Amino acid sequence: MAETIAADKFIDISEEVCPMSFVLTKLALEELGDGQVLELLCQSGEPVRNISIQIKEEGHMVISVKKEGEAFFRLQIRKNQ
Amino acid sequence: MKKGETMSEASAPKKKLKIAVDHNLDEQVKKKITVDAQIAGRNEKGKIDFAELRAGGFIKQRQKDKFTVRLKCPGGKMTIEKLKKVVEAAEQFGSDFVHLTSRQSMEIPYVDYHDFGPLMDQLKEAGQEVASCGPRVRVPNACGGCEYNPNGLTDTVKMADIVNKRFFGIRVPHKFKTSFSGCPFDCIRSTTADLGLMGGVFPKWNEENCTGCTICASACTEGAIEAHPQTGKPIFTPEKCLYCADCVRACPTYSWTAEQTGHNLRVGGHHGRHPVNSTVVARFLTDDEAVTAIEATIEWYKKAGEGKGRIRIGNLLQQEGMLADYMAALKTAIGPAKLVNNPVLPEKITVAR
Repeated sequence: MAETIAADKFIDISEEVCPMSFVLTKLALEELGDGQVLELLCQSGEPVRNISIQIKEEGHMVISVKKEGEAFFRLQIRKNQ
Repeated sequence: MKKGETMSEASAPKKKLKIAVDHNLDEQVKKKITVDAQIAGRNEKGKIDFAELRAGGFIKQRQKDKFTVRLKCPGGKMTIEKLKKVVEAAEQFGSDFVHLTSRQSMEIPYVDYHDFGPLMDQLKEAGQEVASCGPRVRVPNACGGCEYNPNGLTDTVKMADIVNKRFFGIRVPHKFKTSFSGCPFDCIRSTTADLGLMGGVFPKWNEENCTGCTICASACTEGAIEAHPQTGKPIFTPEKCLYCADCVRACPTYSWTAEQTGHNLRVGGHHGRHPVNSTVVARFLTDDEAVTAIEATIEWYKKAGEGKGRIRIGNLLQQEGMLADYMAALKTAIGPAKLVNNPVLPEKITVAR
């Protein structure tokens, strides 16, 4: 899942942890339409783990994952209404 | 009472896996033991039921005539309707607070023992039972389980309900506490319960849909999954897996699935002055298998602990040959397939005092 497509929105939540990481991701997704793509920058470890699990449980899909050094991840999430 | 006890013990069938219900909790026995008591300093009379007292759940306080009444809340779950009625009873017969115990019960402190009768009547009307103390199978504990807790893998509340209905109050050599945890976070501390169930999932990876995104490696906090440096695909080390299912939950492409889901059975832990860590004896039990295993464990504990005084199952298992004897009993009950090979003895936890 290395290929990246042009995202419709980008948020930097690299200083956030749960629950703010989830809330900010959800708020950003609310601004998008069905099938649009949100790109976000988050911390590795718990934030990337939690966001991945929570996004899947909410019915959206992580379509791209890129490691940014050891400390961060860049995720692309496709919104699913 | 003594007579009733002797008779019921004598007539109890000695068949394997057959468990006699605690006679102290027998409704028929209870009815015979009600006496009238004059309440000191008042004009009214109250009924005191000694059988109910003997069943436990009434704990003498430091204060003269005062008892703490421990209520049964299996799995820490109580309906709001029942809670309201309990509050009413507590207001009438207790003090201005209730105490939430370390094992999920609610206690009404400062109950005058003369008021036991009317309090019991009121609680009975609310459908609220009194818990126990002493050498018995205690009220089961449970976390939120899989119904609404995102990490929960098994229905712990359902298991607590089953165990409460089937095994609560059974006489055993010492206290027997059960705790059911829905996942390896073990918020309910099943590792230091006499018998603990811990929900677990054995994960399976299917290469077909995997895109090598490495999310599973990030989700796994145990180091059981590492991403291949080139392809990003997972390298799984099952020995490190704690069965938490985070990989299954996080995987965007459903490449990780649950191969086995169930309760991991732990036996022989306890806290207290000399805490002991329980030992895992069986893995991925279904709900039914877990109930059978619990029944077999209680039955074994009763027999193996006979004549040994007040001994916790963890200390009994540490005696020579006992763990093997227990494993044989468990094998008879649930078969060999899900038993842990060569389980380690329950370990004493060293605590600096």
